Amino acid sequence: MQQIVNGISLGSIYALIALGYTMVYGIIKLINFAHGDIYMIGAYIGYAAITFAHLGFFPAMVISMIACGLLGVITEKVAYKPLRNASRIAVLITAIGVSLLMEYVMMFFVSPDVRSYPAVLNNKVFHIGNVIVNTQQIYIIVTAIVLMVVLQFIVHKTKVGKAMRAVSIDKDAAELMGIKVDQTISYTFAIGSAMAGAAGVLVGLYYNSIDPLMGIMPGLKAFVAAVFGGIGIIPGAMLGGLSIGVIETMVSGYGSSLFKDAVVFAILILILILKPAGILGKNTREKV
Amino acid sequence: MKKMLSKNTFITLICLGVSFGLIQLLISQNIINAYYQVTLALICINIIMAVGLNLVTGFTGQFSLGHAGFMSIGAYTCAIVTTSMPTTTGFLLGTFAGAIMAAIFGILIGIPTLRLRGDYLAIATLGMAEIIRIIFLNMKITGGAAGLNGIPKFTNWPWLWFFTAGTILLVNNFIHSSHGRACISIREDEIAAESMGINTTKYKVMAFAIGAFFAGIGGALYASTFFILKPNMFGFLKSIDILVIVVLGGMGSITGSVIAAILLAVLTTYLQAFTALRMIIYAALLVVVMIFRPQGLMASKELDFTKFFRIKTKDGEKVE
Repeated sequence: MQQIVNGISLGSIYALIALGYTMVYGIIKLINFAHGDIYMIGAYIGYAAITFAHLGFFPAMVISMIACGLLGVITEKVAYKPLRNASRIAVLITAIGVSLLMEYVMMFFVSPDVRSYPAVLNNKVFHIGNVIVNTQQIYIIVTAIVLMVVLQFIVHKTKVGKAMRAVSIDKDAAELMGIKVDQTISYTFAIGSAMAGAAGVLVGLYYNSIDPLMGIMPGLKAFVAAVFGGIGIIPGAMLGGLSIGVIETMVSGYGSSLFKDAVVFAILILILILKPAGILGKNTREKV
Repeated sequence: MKKMLSKNTFITLICLGVSFGLIQLLISQNIINAYYQVTLALICINIIMAVGLNLVTGFTGQFSLGHAGFMSIGAYTCAIVTTSMPTTTGFLLGTFAGAIMAAIFGILIGIPTLRLRGDYLAIATLGMAEIIRIIFLNMKITGGAAGLNGIPKFTNWPWLWFFTAGTILLVNNFIHSSHGRACISIREDEIAAESMGINTTKYKVMAFAIGAFFAGIGGALYASTFFILKPNMFGFLKSIDILVIVVLGGMGSITGSVIAAILLAVLTTYLQAFTALRMIIYAALLVVVMIFRPQGLMASKELDFTKFFRIKTKDGEKVE
């Protein structure tokens, strides 16, 4: 039971990052490797807001989300937009380049040292039965749920969301219908990156430490989560994130923590081979 | 290309021979000192790795992000063999054992994953490489996270040249064989290739195994050059490094890979003094090249040595 609670709080963070991956993939079919690094930068912005501006948890998270949203849009405009019609591999390499660029620019400015995150939440521990839940975990889970509900609302009830769904189904047809494709893609990047920014602040609080390379592993795992649930499908990313979080804590709790990453990747490969469209995905036939 | 020694192969051989003699001369005159010899070794290893990966990614069109995994298999195999048998024979045996081990794993990994396409294949190979790294991290024989130390050094310029030249010639000949043509047809259009009666799975696995084989050789040379091995040397970044060489040089261009490997190594050596800025410049360069020349420096063309030497071909036969 304890492991499940820990797993769900870790999984909520993965789910938040995975949402950005899945939205971007759904709309322009790009694995945005830089997404994990946007999450890292989000953690640093939150750190700066708390340490230097003495802000509380929520203002820091909102600032981080806005800044990350802007960063996501800038990345898209500068690096990905000129490559809209280039080959898939060229765009993927660009994404890797952007990812490296972000990591090392951050390393240059904030030094590669690990920093400890300021504790802004007064940490209380609750005992429910024999399960221990602390304030941070509650904050993480509640924030993640709120953000996901907001996201669902944006995607299904607003005009932007409708445009996003239309572009992801058929870009050319959407353009013919008068949808501004470029603008919609920018919105997608903004929303996805903002989610990553929020996840960054939450992770900083949860693990208490941040460093410029912290984005690589959670980034990859969140991608695994997105694939697990069915890439391009928003509820799939949530389900995938939670499952990967729970599986990971289960493996490190009951098996060997050394193998937890290996297990996650093994699951990825199994999913890709058995059901490449993901758990919630539909299989599509390939047309010539 | 029916003959083994066609005009093109012959000229490639001459060029490789000249490069061997020239650099051997520079080493003997001590113009290339010990410091630059490490760079030279790195260039050769990167060429071997990149040419192998180019066969998989550039010519067969299968996007692999896990080349470092095969490299580590070759490196560890060679390290274990040479440590227990520190002679030149042991080194050669270790290198080939490493290459064959890598190729076997290439086949084992290739058969299930090569059914996937595009981005999915990239992610699956990435996952495989991570799993290999984690297994090495937890194995006794590989020394765990501390890795292996004191691997005897056998690599010198003649050996490096031998393996590099061998890789270039073998891959070049493979591409111009009927198997190579089948691989290229898979890159162009997999469904069309299949309907023309090409066993796509077989050729994809074949290309993957050959790529892994050369990655194994590259890894073995790496182990022998740098004395120490740690699982974290063969992480995601190493795979990216090699992929960058392939993409920068141009996918489907062997000479492109060679040129890019040399350029990047020179860049790295000159930026050694500015460690912090080095990776920033490297990453920015990557993004800029992709935006302005997404097909790479050479695109899919080869540097044509026959044109270089203005050799007229007989009865209009096209020289490849």
